[in-house]
Amino acid sequence: MQHKVIDTQDVVIRFAGDSGDGMQLTGTLFADASALYGNEISTFPDYPAEIRAPHGTVSGVSGFQVHVGSIEINTPGDFCDVLVAMNPAALKANVQWAKPTATIIVDTDTFDESGIERAGFKTKDPIAELKIEDRNIIFSPITTMTKESLKDSDLDNKQIVRCKNMFTLGMCFFMFNRDLDYTYAYLEKKFKKKPQLIAPNKKVLFDGFNYASNIHAIANTYTVKPAKLEKGTYRNINGNQATAWGLIAASEKSGRDLFCGSYPITPATNILEELAIYKNLGVKTLQAEDEIAGICTSIGAAYAGELAVTSTSGPGLSLKAEALGLAMIAELPLVIIDVQRSGPSTGIPTKTEQTDLNQALYGRNGECPIAVIAAHSPSHCFDAAFYAGKFAMEHMMPVILMSEGFIANGSEPWKIPLMKDYPEIKPPLITSCEGPFKPYQRDSERLARSWALPGTSGLEHRVGGLEKNAEGVISSDPQNHDKMCAERAEKVARLANYIPELEVIGKKKGDVLIVGWGGTFGHLYTAVKELQDQDKNVALAHFDYINPLPKNTAEVFNNFKKIIVCELNSGQFVDYLRAKHPEFKYLQYNKVQGQPFIVKEIVDAVNNIL
Amino acid sequence: MAYTAQDFKSNQEVRWCPGCGDHAVLASLQRALPEVCEALGYTKENFVFVSGIGCSSRLPYYMNTFGFHSIHGRATAISTGVKVANPTLTVWQATGDGDALAIGGNHFIHAIRRNIDINIILFNNQIYGLTKGQYSPTSKLGAITKTSPYGTVEHPFNPGALVLGSRGTFFARSLDSEMKLNQEIFVAAAKHDGTSVCEMLVNCVIFNDGAHSAISDREHRADRTIILRHGEPMIFGKDKNKGLVLDGQKLKVVTIGENGINEKDILVHNATTNETGVHNMLVEMKYPDFPVALGIIRDVKDMTYDDNVRDQLIEVKEKSKIHSVDELLHSGATWEVK
Repeated sequence: MQHKVIDTQDVVIRFAGDSGDGMQLTGTLFADASALYGNEISTFPDYPAEIRAPHGTVSGVSGFQVHVGSIEINTPGDFCDVLVAMNPAALKANVQWAKPTATIIVDTDTFDESGIERAGFKTKDPIAELKIEDRNIIFSPITTMTKESLKDSDLDNKQIVRCKNMFTLGMCFFMFNRDLDYTYAYLEKKFKKKPQLIAPNKKVLFDGFNYASNIHAIANTYTVKPAKLEKGTYRNINGNQATAWGLIAASEKSGRDLFCGSYPITPATNILEELAIYKNLGVKTLQAEDEIAGICTSIGAAYAGELAVTSTSGPGLSLKAEALGLAMIAELPLVIIDVQRSGPSTGIPTKTEQTDLNQALYGRNGECPIAVIAAHSPSHCFDAAFYAGKFAMEHMMPVILMSEGFIANGSEPWKIPLMKDYPEIKPPLITSCEGPFKPYQRDSERLARSWALPGTSGLEHRVGGLEKNAEGVISSDPQNHDKMCAERAEKVARLANYIPELEVIGKKKGDVLIVGWGGTFGHLYTAVKELQDQDKNVALAHFDYINPLPKNTAEVFNNFKKIIVCELNSGQFVDYLRAKHPEFKYLQYNKVQGQPFIVKEIVDAVNNIL
Repeated sequence: MAYTAQDFKSNQEVRWCPGCGDHAVLASLQRALPEVCEALGYTKENFVFVSGIGCSSRLPYYMNTFGFHSIHGRATAISTGVKVANPTLTVWQATGDGDALAIGGNHFIHAIRRNIDINIILFNNQIYGLTKGQYSPTSKLGAITKTSPYGTVEHPFNPGALVLGSRGTFFARSLDSEMKLNQEIFVAAAKHDGTSVCEMLVNCVIFNDGAHSAISDREHRADRTIILRHGEPMIFGKDKNKGLVLDGQKLKVVTIGENGINEKDILVHNATTNETGVHNMLVEMKYPDFPVALGIIRDVKDMTYDDNVRDQLIEVKEKSKIHSVDELLHSGATWEVK
């Protein structure tokens, strides 16, 4: 059979297997190779909470979806064109995400009686049971072929079987006419300390490629040409890495060393891991005994003069709430990163959601407004973290940076910026003053107090959680408390003078304005483009700044007949908008499934109200 | 410039109850700091006093230094952040038995384990004072308080044992009114590289008056306490004729001149030994079977967290090829679009 080479603008591949099968690595390698080739990419790891759930069961299935294009790509794709299922459970759990026309690759070696039973099939014929007999399924004995490929190697059977993900990757590289060199180089680096694993992995990758070429079962191979990207140097980046790097950038610009006190929590942990690497850039990380110590060590570091940050997810933010109030009343700069996950409580810890917004806005005792910024894509986490650091230091206040599992773990190509194009960061440090130092005296524009560091002679002062007057003396005077509460709130509100205005993507006036915030940007943007292609008068306003809202928010809303607020919760942002701008009527589209939006559901929802 | 105690007094009115043991501790601290400055070369602006919540946690307001009065239980974590951020500072912490051992217990033991160079003054009055008289984790078994009207049904912590169990490198104990000893302890704590815990047995005149009186009453104090000094025999008593010896694996109180015991049979205090055996027995001594041990019980050298952090920063900086964010962003796999 002569296979057909199809030129396509974009294609979605989903790798699925047991959580020990190496699917996250396989997907990442495919994405990286595609990005290096020049494609636009977007990735979505979808994995279970258990490191090794019971072997072969649906609960243990780990997936990684990658969307590759020669056109602009903003989401990991709703449904896949190619599904790789390494066992029956992976097929069962993921077939719902495959397009009817998708090519499905399965490892037939795992489709034995016990494998089928563990996956929870009722019959002995999973293909019939899933009603996918007429799909384009490539049945390949991947495990057997891997064993055959390495029969002369020195590896033991377990090590050999572990290489089967490389066989699959080789097959996919053939299907997408990809070069193996990038992955060869990666394997050489990864196994530098275990050189005996380099040759076998390379061989299996190569044999997988040749196997796919030889079997003639693959009817179509795809070519996705390089995207027309702006000139420049690019790299792949995921959201957590970008967050860590954005903070380091704010540290460099401000001349304040970075301190991160933190406690491991999914899906925020790799911010701490990433920061721990860069001691060469003056970064100090302290893995604290608990979430509270994470924020409190950071508050101590902020008092001592460092750019202090703490990273967490929803449950950790709950634990940090009291200390966050302390940072607020002590008026110390602090960045708190909340990589949101599905809740409440432990919820579905590895799945994405936007359900912490209320907590970020309101979750503290007393009058305690705090600035809230949201990142909208993996690479935007860099800028969002940079500005969170800038605003925290220049305005002398804590800033919450909202991220989400979806963008934190997802990756995309990023045109590397130059630090000279970023603004200066000038914290209000002082080294001396006339007369006695007044810790809570404010500048007239930002209302920020001065940052007087311990070790500076003549500026000895006390801060703390008790209400104080401008002189820094404890005060329970009713009028003073009223005034201090108002000033602290006004300081947050005045951040609106320093943040960019809300942009409208599309015409400035129209029938429907889709409103979103945070990590749903890619899906909402793609949906709006689709609707605009259908000649619908629809635009998008996506909020990076939640508290305070951009100053032109009402002006933007005023120009649309209908406003529909889309978010991955039951309506937290829309309720906030109702409180802040009650003059508008809001429609809402919500989903709380621990999964990102599907572009089609947004398009359908908007079409329904048009 | 030579400081005096006056230099460390702030202009704030001290608001502890008249007769509260905290006054004496504060005074001995203010007297100790000029000596600390002279011994270690610190100036006043190098001092940071951190506290949590409780009566004793008001202390930073009374010190004319940098201060941070934080939230309940978290002072140890905040002190840790201050010290790691700027190791040139001398970081002190005022905390109570509730603040350090109940709500802040986790931070307390982990700071000690890490051996961060902070000086913790633990005001132990065996009661919650600021909330007006509930039992604390150091209240004696059976203590009758507002939340234990029929007596507590739980064992208290022995702070010294907790410190040793957390790999503590410095532990000292004193009574509020032993001002000279307190001063000596604070100077030694400042000199000690690592976490120093100074337990001050203080009297709460309002809610737990006389909690330590069995040992602190002037009349019996010499017979019911022993002041330990490194290198000196463990002798105590009004007549300086009682001492401690090792009897098998246990400590025993003996009288010099009786049963053939003379001074050279008495155990000599070794505060700097790494072995915790005798230190454990000393912190556990309770009246009436034993005199309560005061003074510096343990003062040993070990690596500190803040030194190790600093060393790692220097080492990695020297080795790394990445020294700016631009270099970081261009590190690893990148590609050009032309």
